[in-house]
Amino acid sequence: MTAITHHTPDALLAAYAAGSLPQAYALVVAAHISLCLDCRAGYEAHLSGGGAVLETVKPEAISEGLKSNVLDLLDAPVAPEPIYRRTGVYPGPVIAALKGNPPKWKSLGLGVRQSILSADQNGSARLLYIPPGQTVPDHSHNGLELTLVLQGSFSDTTGRFGIGDLEIGDQDLEHAPAADPGAPCICLAATDAPLRFSSLVPRLLQPLFRI
Amino acid sequence: MITRPDTALDDRPSVTGPSVTGPRKDNTLVTTPPPPPQVSTPTTQVSPQTTWMLAVRDSRDRAAFAALFDHFAPRLKGFIMRSGTGSGQAEEIVQEVMLTVWRKAAQFDPTRAQVSSWVYQIARNRQIDVIRKENRPMPEELAEDLAGASGAEPDASQILAVEQESSQLKQALSRLKPDQREIIERAYLGELSHQEISTQTGLPLGTIKSRIRLGLDRLRHELKELR
Ligand SMILES: [Zn+2]
Repeated sequence: MTAITHHTPDALLAAYAAGSLPQAYALVVAAHISLCLDCRAGYEAHLSGGGAVLETVKPEAISEGLKSNVLDLLDAPVAPEPIYRRTGVYPGPVIAALKGNPPKWKSLGLGVRQSILSADQNGSARLLYIPPGQTVPDHSHNGLELTLVLQGSFSDTTGRFGIGDLEIGDQDLEHAPAADPGAPCICLAATDAPLRFSSLVPRLLQPLFRI
Repeated sequence: MITRPDTALDDRPSVTGPSVTGPRKDNTLVTTPPPPPQVSTPTTQVSPQTTWMLAVRDSRDRAAFAALFDHFAPRLKGFIMRSGTGSGQAEEIVQEVMLTVWRKAAQFDPTRAQVSSWVYQIARNRQIDVIRKENRPMPEELAEDLAGASGAEPDASQILAVEQESSQLKQALSRLKPDQREIIERAYLGELSHQEISTQTGLPLGTIKSRIRLGLDRLRHELKELR
């Protein structure tokens, strides 16, 4: 395994810490932070920035009774929240998105598979499984595509991406990432718009495959 | 609640790249050079907030929790209302945040975060939960996040270093011009998109950058100690 060389840009870390990233991106950033000490440190630094804002904002008077309400509730029983831990190559946040289940893979042809974790009008997050040596057909996308490598590696015109590396693709990037020889490449990918594959599946079928 | 994180990071090589302290592609909130490293002995005292929080964590001290409530509840309410949330709903969120502070106190680690940043994280999660009906995906905890709760003696100098950074950050914020401060506040209130944040270059918050470097040193240090 090699060290992570492609990190989360600071603006994304700040937006993630502030909770303003769309859900699909937030999942990828949370997964990267789970693997990367550098970005965990950056994230924690931005939390302290938020803490400083919280400390210096103009306070608002609290209604009478709120404090005693809270104190009365301290011992109220609460259902424990499930804790999702890393399983196999999938970091905790991915396991949480899978609700603890294994990925449900659907074939996209040519040995490429995907497992959709979330998809709505604000974007989608999915796992991609790419056999060694296989190229994912050239595709472009609206907006930003984040791709985090969880197993194996892939290469495209912008470089090589190994485990823990995060590729930031903007809409100008027309790329055909190819899984490197060796282990199949498993990635977590998020977009804020449906992907537009140019050749893998006829365009008309895309709504069926939700890609 | 004690999470028992796995050892996801244990088999990783130590991160030695210069990616945080060296130049990065993007220049957002960290465009000015960091101030000189803080090598002097910290002169700040452990803040009352940290003392109360540790009493809540380690002794389930209700009086200490009440003191934390008096300090944070009005600030939380002001913070939440800044984004346009009404007073009633803001207080519902304040209640949930403060209850979470009590219930998840075991996760508080004063060598990694000051109380205000820990409360800030909880507050943003509750706001997203209430307003967007979503659970924000959270990073997996490091095994070391719970070193404090597992009985290891926390390093007092590290707690003081975190506190000192916190007060430096507050000072840096108060020295900003009103329009710059407004941008920082809006960013951390969650009102700016990442695109908007990335176009706000030139914000003089170099303290954030030194905080990243110190934080990374600490994370590496903790990982090494636990090996
Ligand atoms: Zn990183």
